[in-house]
Amino acid sequence: MAEIHLNKVHKSYGADEVLHGVDWHIRDGEFVVIVGPSGCGKSTLLRMIAGLEGISQGEISIGERVVNDLEPAERDIAMVFQNYALYPHMSVYNNMAYGLKIKGIAKDEIEKRVNRTAEILEIRDYLKRSPRQLSGGQRQRVAMGRAIVREPSVFLFDEPLSNLDAKLRVQMRLEIKKLQERLGITSVYVTHDQVEAMTLGHRLMVLNGGYVEQLGTPIELYERPATAFVAGFIGSPSMNFLDAKISEDGKKAVFPGGDALDLPGDLAKHANHRVTVGMRPEHLQVDEGKSETTSQTVQVVEHLGADTLVHGTFGSGNSDLIVRLKGIRTIGKGEVLPLAIDPRNIHVFDPDSGKRLDS
Amino acid sequence: MVEHRPIVTFVSHLVLIFGVAIIAFPIWITFVASTHEAARMVQIPLPLLPGDQFFKNLELTLFKGLEGAGAPPVGFMMVNSLVMALMIAVGKIAISLISAFAIVYFKFPFRMGFFWMIFITLMLPVEVRILPTFEVVANLGMLNTYWGLSIPLIASATATFMFRQVFLTIPDELLEAARIDGAGPMRFFVDILIPLSRTNIAALFVILFIYGWNQYLWPLLVTTDQSMYTVVMGIKQMLEAAEQSPDWHQIMMTSLLAMLPPVFVVVFMQRLFVRGLTETEK
Amino acid sequence: MLKRVHFGPSWLPFALVAPQIIITVVFFIWPASQALYQSLLVEDPFGLKTEFVWFDNFIELFGDEHYLGAFQRTIFFSFSVAFLSMTFALTLAAMADRVIKGATTYRTFLIWPYAVAPVVSGALWVFMFDPTLGIFTYTLGALGYEWNHKLNGGEAMFLVIIASAWKQVAYNFLFFLAAMQSIPKSLIEAAAIDGAGPTRRFFSIILPLISPTTFFLMVINVVFAFFETFGIVHAVTAGGPAKATEILVYKVFNDGFIGLDLGGSAAQSVILMLIVISLTVIQFRYVEKRVEY
Repeated sequence: MAEIHLNKVHKSYGADEVLHGVDWHIRDGEFVVIVGPSGCGKSTLLRMIAGLEGISQGEISIGERVVNDLEPAERDIAMVFQNYALYPHMSVYNNMAYGLKIKGIAKDEIEKRVNRTAEILEIRDYLKRSPRQLSGGQRQRVAMGRAIVREPSVFLFDEPLSNLDAKLRVQMRLEIKKLQERLGITSVYVTHDQVEAMTLGHRLMVLNGGYVEQLGTPIELYERPATAFVAGFIGSPSMNFLDAKISEDGKKAVFPGGDALDLPGDLAKHANHRVTVGMRPEHLQVDEGKSETTSQTVQVVEHLGADTLVHGTFGSGNSDLIVRLKGIRTIGKGEVLPLAIDPRNIHVFDPDSGKRLDS
Repeated sequence: MVEHRPIVTFVSHLVLIFGVAIIAFPIWITFVASTHEAARMVQIPLPLLPGDQFFKNLELTLFKGLEGAGAPPVGFMMVNSLVMALMIAVGKIAISLISAFAIVYFKFPFRMGFFWMIFITLMLPVEVRILPTFEVVANLGMLNTYWGLSIPLIASATATFMFRQVFLTIPDELLEAARIDGAGPMRFFVDILIPLSRTNIAALFVILFIYGWNQYLWPLLVTTDQSMYTVVMGIKQMLEAAEQSPDWHQIMMTSLLAMLPPVFVVVFMQRLFVRGLTETEK
Repeated sequence: MLKRVHFGPSWLPFALVAPQIIITVVFFIWPASQALYQSLLVEDPFGLKTEFVWFDNFIELFGDEHYLGAFQRTIFFSFSVAFLSMTFALTLAAMADRVIKGATTYRTFLIWPYAVAPVVSGALWVFMFDPTLGIFTYTLGALGYEWNHKLNGGEAMFLVIIASAWKQVAYNFLFFLAAMQSIPKSLIEAAAIDGAGPTRRFFSIILPLISPTTFFLMVINVVFAFFETFGIVHAVTAGGPAKATEILVYKVFNDGFIGLDLGGSAAQSVILMLIVISLTVIQFRYVEKRVEY
């Protein structure tokens, strides 16, 4: 078991810098997720921790040791790959045993460890089969087994669920979470799927274009996204973003159509400035005639069963707005829905830098 | 078939049977000739149906050879052929495997230079550099040795390209997984790459065995000592002797024996053979 | 070309390429450059004195009617072999592509000549056409034709062509059949629905679609006939009668080993190298096209 320290880690390919300085302290036993769109550098960062990519600048340490110059095998890590990377010509047993054999561990010890791991993952019945004869979910388990059997101090997961179908993905997600809790091994997990990230991680790192957008717990990221990017990335359907201006007194956001909404804090120093206002679809609720603050002209209604998604335009303007209502609602096209939102759920961002403006 | 036309299908079969007959006829005649005694083989017309001397001719040819042909017994030459064919096939596969491994999996100075040097061998078949290559082998004292017979033939651009192609299709993650498991380059090569290429190796072996066994011009140049003759060369010696005494029953028995191992390989390892043939042309 | 993930620099890759590179240098590149060098020299008949003569050897070669004759003969021989064996193989492959039952059996019976060494192929045909005993000679004699390829140059050429083409049918058949079987069935079915019968389909759909294979086989067959038929010629006619079957490869061997004309033979080698290089270039440019197909 070990902590991981990332200290001003940079990565460049020639003149092309793909990671612009990452600092992070991952605590012992923590499950952290690196999330971001494809090409943001998340896999590169993971592979640098694994030792599969060189470190251009900065320092990575695992436990007490700086690992910059260590071979992957010397870093006391294990990795689960997106396509599993099982050795096709070896049985499940040998796939799991290979690393231990190279380490020179005694045969009976290897057997004990493989059997124990197979027990945990419920793959004992497949030990003699070759990877070709297994289903996607079973291969996934074997790939995890190969990692667990090494008893490493760090687990690295590189999008391990993205080759599975939706149902299996949800099931395996839960299993990975339980397993990590049970083994208590420090884990770094990379994914582009925000739901996976939110459900799995104790803490998340949101990466975008090689920059760290935000570090925090899932709830922090959801409630107080530091940038418009994080706000839009976390949550589904995405947050609504609307152009607005801060009123003279800094207490209201005024929209192009003339609508205005109360703001959570005092933004007087941004008075008269252009801003981007973010509102999550689930935070907008139908206002039952009390204090109508704004409205939506309905265009399309989608019934999900538990929720109803209403697509339309915001207020008297023509910006798109999505609202997520609980339960089944019968709403007709062209109807005007009166809407209300708690000011605490309104996020204000700088339209140019994307930074959060209210503190 | 797309539509049901029994007559067309019947004609197709007829043409195919006719084609097979044309292709097989020389081999049939060879077999027939090898089953008759010498006396029958000088009477015109020659027989079209097999006789009963097959095993007698076989024994005679294998262990005594053709007298006056200036060649050792065929059994002896077949051993030479076998050794040469195996050395060529195994040698080509071995050196091509390791050089393809180096070129695909290592970044090192002159990598592309080496690649092009190997590529050039494709353009220099032995037929176009007969005399100078012979001189090199003679200067190295490799005339009349198995080394002289095989080593100059084992450089292979085709085999190197094929293995390169195979290695390029092996997912990168396997190497990464192996590195995390602690495998170094040679361990990765032996434990992962070779087992994953084994079908390609087998297919290539089939093709190269045939190639090696059927070598003619090169053995003709580097062997002057009868004890190094290969069976394919021996046939030529016998044909020359046939000008004086046409011992066709023995010559044809020798031809039969000379084609037996490669034909056997093609027919019984047909799947591998076809695969090898198409893969080496990529 | 290089893996995205690879091993760093060390002495190991050099050791790994060393055997192949050493053999290539010693047995390929050095002799080839020797041939290049020698092609510019003239040696006196006793081997005592050599003189650097630039391109005299080449000029002499192209003024030598024997050499030009051999050149023409080789081209005629190559294209005859290619045409004969490809036509025969194409017909059989078209038929085998039609029949569902027995296609593999036919394949088994058609591919074994590939495994027969050229010399052995020569021996088989020379036996069947032996002027005194041969079965075909006998049959032709009964029909009133006197066959003797040892005296008649045309007949000798015919015999080496047949012996070479026979051996090459197997290879052509395999590639034609594979090409035909890789044509999507739906294309053939669409043509059938459009009312095209089997013959018409063959000429308007199948033949155009396998044209890359046809071209590729053309090159391969020419290369085979140019360079790999030495054994056949050596066994069947030894270049005779009166040089009627002396092809280029045979002439290089003959002039170098028997005639001991060092410079002339080297110049011939150089010309052959140029031919191989151009054929290889054609083949490789074509391979790229085949990827699209």
